Amino acid sequence: MSVGTARHRELGLTDAEFDLIVEKLGREPNDVELAMFSLLWSEHCAYKHSRKLLRRLPTEGERVVMGPGENAGAVDVGNGYAVAFKVESHNHPSAVEPFQGAATGVGGILRDVFALGARPIAILDSLRFGELDSVRSRHLLDGAVRGIGHYGNSIGVPTVGGEIYFEAPYEHNCLVNAMCVGLAKTEDMVRAAAAGVGNAVVLMGASTGRDGIGGASVLASAELGEGDEAKRPTVQIGDPFEQSKVLECCLELLGKGLLVSLQDLGAAGLTSSAGEMASAGGVGIDLDVARVPLREADMEPFEIMVSESQERMLAVVEPAKVAEVLAVCDKWQTGSAEIGVVTDSGQIRILRDGELVGEMPVEALVDGCPLYDLEPAAPEGWIYGNRRTLVEDVSAEDTLLALLASPSVASKRWAFEQYDCLVGSRTVRRPEGGDAAVLRIPEAGSAIAVSIDGNGRRVACDPYAGTVEAVLECAQNLACVGAEPLGLTNCLNFGNPEKPAPAWQLDRAVSGLAGACEALGVPVVGGNVSLYNEGPEGPIYPTPVVGMVGELPDPAATCGSAFVREGDAIGLLGPFEPTLAGSELAKLRGELAAGLAQPDVAAVAAACETVRAAVRAGRLSSAHDVSDGGLACALAESAIGAGLGARVDLQPLRERGCSPEEALFGEGSGGFLLSGDRDALEALGATYLGEVAGTTLEIAAGDRSFTVGLDALESAWRSLGERF
Amino acid sequence: MRWGVLQFPGSCDERDALHACSLLGQARLVWHEERDLAGIDAIVVPGGFSYGDYLRAGAIARFSPAMEAVAEFAAAGGPVLGICNGFQVLCEAGLLPGALLLNESRRFTCRQLDLVPDPGVDGPKSEAEVLNSAHRPTLSIPAKHGEGRYWAPDEVLDALEANGQVAYRYARGQNPNGSARDIAGVRNEAGNVVGLMPHPEHAVDPLSGSTDGLKVFEAVAAAGAPA
Repeated sequence: MSVGTARHRELGLTDAEFDLIVEKLGREPNDVELAMFSLLWSEHCAYKHSRKLLRRLPTEGERVVMGPGENAGAVDVGNGYAVAFKVESHNHPSAVEPFQGAATGVGGILRDVFALGARPIAILDSLRFGELDSVRSRHLLDGAVRGIGHYGNSIGVPTVGGEIYFEAPYEHNCLVNAMCVGLAKTEDMVRAAAAGVGNAVVLMGASTGRDGIGGASVLASAELGEGDEAKRPTVQIGDPFEQSKVLECCLELLGKGLLVSLQDLGAAGLTSSAGEMASAGGVGIDLDVARVPLREADMEPFEIMVSESQERMLAVVEPAKVAEVLAVCDKWQTGSAEIGVVTDSGQIRILRDGELVGEMPVEALVDGCPLYDLEPAAPEGWIYGNRRTLVEDVSAEDTLLALLASPSVASKRWAFEQYDCLVGSRTVRRPEGGDAAVLRIPEAGSAIAVSIDGNGRRVACDPYAGTVEAVLECAQNLACVGAEPLGLTNCLNFGNPEKPAPAWQLDRAVSGLAGACEALGVPVVGGNVSLYNEGPEGPIYPTPVVGMVGELPDPAATCGSAFVREGDAIGLLGPFEPTLAGSELAKLRGELAAGLAQPDVAAVAAACETVRAAVRAGRLSSAHDVSDGGLACALAESAIGAGLGARVDLQPLRERGCSPEEALFGEGSGGFLLSGDRDALEALGATYLGEVAGTTLEIAAGDRSFTVGLDALESAWRSLGERF
Repeated sequence: MRWGVLQFPGSCDERDALHACSLLGQARLVWHEERDLAGIDAIVVPGGFSYGDYLRAGAIARFSPAMEAVAEFAAAGGPVLGICNGFQVLCEAGLLPGALLLNESRRFTCRQLDLVPDPGVDGPKSEAEVLNSAHRPTLSIPAKHGEGRYWAPDEVLDALEANGQVAYRYARGQNPNGSARDIAGVRNEAGNVVGLMPHPEHAVDPLSGSTDGLKVFEAVAAAGAPA
């Protein structure tokens, strides 16, 4: 039985976990050790409720250079270069303090990528908030967008894409997921494993303060609720200038071959980076906290070990190279200190001026946390609310305008114009320029495309099918710009895994992710799990966010989503069987219910291949996947982007059994809206719908036929910015 | 033509500017602690957030050793182009008139824009020729900044217009930041120092949507007498 006080519970450890720590140490932990265990045994660091599930994911592939377990995953892009990428959440900090929460979310994912030796070349964000008519949601959105811009713009990495959804279940617990993509010479990349007994451990970058203490355990691994204001001090403060110096400094050090290994300091600060480096290398590490440069002189050893001060990196350096490393840090005007040494003890030993203040076996600290099985149980039907916002008996034309103005569907220009999408001179397709961002990689003589997707509402309807759809949407977006998927990263944002319904959602979603990736042949090279995303009203929509990187041989042979030429034929390709289940329209009508059709992954994959080949061969004028709001919204988006109208007849969909409403506004995977030469479209097997013409959108759909002007469509679609 | 592109800690677009310059000649980075500009024919002060710009954009960079050298280089008639943060630095250094304030929207804005070049009433002839050689009347160039609202007292603005010192204006209706009189860029009295908020280095390749930015570099090169 535990003889510990309630202290371990305050730090988020269960009594059983505390007893296990006592057993592994052979004694009770002191304050320093308890603080360190509580963080590394938190859900955020130990993945104790998700690790077993994640073993289902396929992680192998010909092009994989680094897989899960490293700071980020990486895939080979040829000519000796690799692209590293990862997505990570910063949800709870952003819910408490959106500007700094989002800014440091970007900062953290950037460090993960340059810790590998890759220069960050792109950022994407996936954001979720409550409905936009809530003051809180507007405040969170505004703060998060400013924070992302502040960090990304200042550090000179372009934000090239992303997505934002607004749904009531995110009202209290918003989601801020940031993805970074980096480019490295494969031979210059480093792993995070400490090696070489006697090598020095060097801390670089910002000094260490009291910010972010307990962030991983108190904030990230518990539900949000009353009193969150008091958690504001657990949110870190970002300094992009410091990080830009640390970034350049690290890349110079790695380019000169001066580092044995490198790791960023993120959640749980020095505790987790030192612990993980030691664990990965099978070694021990001695750290002297008295040598850590501090912002406040009177910090306790436990505070120094768990501080989440930003813009810090930990490196292992051969003794003979330490002086040169410190000199490069000086050149970049960034801090550096030799704070420890690699040992063969298998222990993490914390010293203060040589006096031992904590000693723990690395294995117990990093890998000793018990892994839990979930106890999933499917909930009865739809467990989230329904709220009708669209009046009854509304015309098809007004329905389309309402959908386009719905914040989740509306243009996100207001947000993405606050981000620099150009710095670095790689951006070939900017936001809204195509279904995926396209970045040229002259080093490899090619280009990559990147997309991030995940519609939580559809996952809530069916966690398996909804997650498969998220993967397919990414693959479809890549196909639209002519890219072939190389690898996938993901962030699993879910509710409390100790409750049966969120546990079931997580279990089904991971299976869906695994199934879709297996079928597409896309390896999962990394990811992140964010659990306990709940507010007083219950869990968020289960939200697996999928980030995918693809390759295209020629950055000039790509395709936009907007129509290009008057007179072009418009066609629909792919196994698209739209229904209103889980759709944006069902939401606006307050008719959401459990259940989605299961997508035919193989058929979607085949359609992706057809579109990809046609784009690369220059046979299409435009390509756009049919997504939120259905075919009518996709048509409107392609038309608005070009300032060109269209005249189409949806009879072919009606012949497949769709009602007029399903044809117009139904959703589902597998639909590609293409424009180009009619013969070329029909040669691809696309169904002819009509042509690009005029300045109105004219849609024949039985008794729901209508014509609407482009200006009306555009003003509805561009209405998001008016709310600020 | 040998170009030098300054690099401060916190610079962001220096590699992009270096690439643009390399399309027109030789180019190298000039570290902020360097004072020796020997062998350099034209200077670019690039975009970014020099020294973090936490105080006021460009307020610290103007004191760097490299900027002291740039001031001498400019005084000797050498061509200098300041882009975005570089424009802010040149204004802070007193090499260009006016100041750049927070955007009217209080938000960072990134957008492709049309610029109207203004060769000036009796501006340097060579520059006028370069600019007028373009068949299109405007240049398509992106702007991206949070502190780009050009401001100067009315009498200074009047004088700038009278002297032909307005180098670029935003096309009608496209002013992204509330700049006075739609001014996007200005030149000094001698015409060899030019600053603008939009980023010509991000418009030098057809794949990025425009090559109009090269004309801005060419105009600056033509405007300055060899140092």
